[in-house]
Amino acid sequence: MSTPTTTPAPGAHDEERPPAARTATPSPKGPPNRLRGWVTRAPLLPALVFMIVVTQLPFVATLVISFFDWNALYPEARSFGGFENYQEVLSDPELRDSVVTTALLTAVVVLVSLVLGLLLALLLDRSFRGRGVVRTLLIAPFLLVPVAAALLWKHVLYNPEYGLFNGVLNWLFGEKAPQPNWVSEMPLGAVQVSLIWQWTPFMMLILLAGLQSRPADAIEAARIDGAGAWQIFRYLTLPHLRRYLELGALLGSIYIVQNFDAVFTITSGGLGTANLPYTIYQTFYQGHEYGVASAAGVLVVIGSLVIATLALRVVSSLFREEVRA
Amino acid sequence: MSALTAGAPEAAPSAAPPKASAMAPRSVRRKNAALGLLAWACGLVFVLPIAWMVLTSLHSESDAATNPPSLAAPLTLDGYREFFSAGGGAGPWPALANSLMASVFSTLFVLVLALPAAYSLSIRPVRKWRDVLFFFLSTKMLPIVAGLLPIYLFAKNTDFLDNIWLLVILYTSMNLPIAVWMMQSFLAEVPSALIEAAQIDGARLPTVLTRVVAPVAAPGIAATALICFIFSWNEMLFARVLTGVVAQTAPVFLTGFITSQGLFLAKVCAASLVISLPVLAAGFAAQDKLVQGLSLGAVK
Repeated sequence: MSTPTTTPAPGAHDEERPPAARTATPSPKGPPNRLRGWVTRAPLLPALVFMIVVTQLPFVATLVISFFDWNALYPEARSFGGFENYQEVLSDPELRDSVVTTALLTAVVVLVSLVLGLLLALLLDRSFRGRGVVRTLLIAPFLLVPVAAALLWKHVLYNPEYGLFNGVLNWLFGEKAPQPNWVSEMPLGAVQVSLIWQWTPFMMLILLAGLQSRPADAIEAARIDGAGAWQIFRYLTLPHLRRYLELGALLGSIYIVQNFDAVFTITSGGLGTANLPYTIYQTFYQGHEYGVASAAGVLVVIGSLVIATLALRVVSSLFREEVRA
Repeated sequence: MSALTAGAPEAAPSAAPPKASAMAPRSVRRKNAALGLLAWACGLVFVLPIAWMVLTSLHSESDAATNPPSLAAPLTLDGYREFFSAGGGAGPWPALANSLMASVFSTLFVLVLALPAAYSLSIRPVRKWRDVLFFFLSTKMLPIVAGLLPIYLFAKNTDFLDNIWLLVILYTSMNLPIAVWMMQSFLAEVPSALIEAAQIDGARLPTVLTRVVAPVAAPGIAATALICFIFSWNEMLFARVLTGVVAQTAPVFLTGFITSQGLFLAKVCAASLVISLPVLAAGFAAQDKLVQGLSLGAVK
């Protein structure tokens, strides 16, 4: 930092203001209250208006379209259909399957990458030679363009004829080596593994930050009192990490529920791997069923709102702690 | 680079062995060494697919597609050459240029919109600033795909289809919430006493912003910009649905690369690496602030 810093006394701030907020000194000669309010709000308005127009209006439009019987190939036949589309979505086995697929995909990827991320974070939380290099190596998968990562897994690793996996099996077992067709034998697993590879670094980064914010004195005290490594982990580290685990799980869910690239690239939604984003994309982009696609979209939004409410609560509690600290 | 690493105390030097281990009993030292080795092994396992991709990209197509794999095959740049001459006359350059344009302009727009917003959410907060902040976040949690159809219809009826500026606008909206959150947390780190002192000295707002706020918040702003750049560069669903020949971005170009018959492994690896290069560079540059950005400022 190039500027001299004078740290303000902690806890001196008003609860309702962020740490850097200063109380505006009311000047008696200033403009009337209302105008001043708008002057304070002015810098915020462009961003707020932009967000409302670009993100909220399309959802309103989706909601409206979802009540219409509308196929793009027969534009004249557009008519109001009430809840027909919703009935169709809820009774369509393909769409119901894609709900299950989405849940499976998200849950498995998030849980496995959380566990792996936790183990890696624990390994990286100690000092050893080349720790920075290892951290950089571990982050690399997360920084590959998602489509490139999916292509890498599909063609370079999974390919049954010349992929690396079967190549290594061939190396190890010679002539009689099993040569599975990874993508067609475990389609959902193939997508999950590639996503776990990309998301474990993300979880590791969040959990590592959590580990490094542990109060060192409490751990030192526990160690002096004779607590073992496992006891310290179980009764000190894990409770401290709880919020970080929740945060990782919820942020990961938000991103993976919406995953499109991996499903699109690795299986093209075939073999029972079509998740909701892919199915909706398919319904309107290739099926031209605008009404049905919109109804599905509305249901996805409702589903995400449930998850989002949980996520917001976690972020909010972390955030409040931060403000208080 | 030094500007980016400043203010990230968790990136403390770690190469030096800890003092304690010198005095620790041999069994503890051995355990530490083993765990260090294990960490190295994990790092290598995770990076192995990428290393293999690099090697494959440097092989000829026929050497890339052997089983068992040929490790020691002669190296060649043919894969890269083919990638850069793919797709007719102009090669991948128009797609790369489109991606660059979409990413750079959307990032600039994000900064222009997010900086003042973050100012009025941290340094001079509006009433209910916390609710506003959470509104921004909530838009990030609504699935993109649910708004795709109306956007597509709008674009189709206004000649915005296959136009890179539509992607610029959409990517701006995609990244703005993240940027507002990040910047809010970075601006909130500017000590209020500093700003008050400057104001007492008679500094006006522009001076306060450029001389007091900017130096402290600059690393954070730079990291925010890099993360927005990464997300825009990576995006594929919008790009796929809303662009065609003219405004195609690099990820879409990459998927179109596979259709041909015959061997393409080396080409695809070369293409994937070239297209990922900007993201890898931006990501490593922003490494220290990556967590804070990705966790929307909740984790420091």
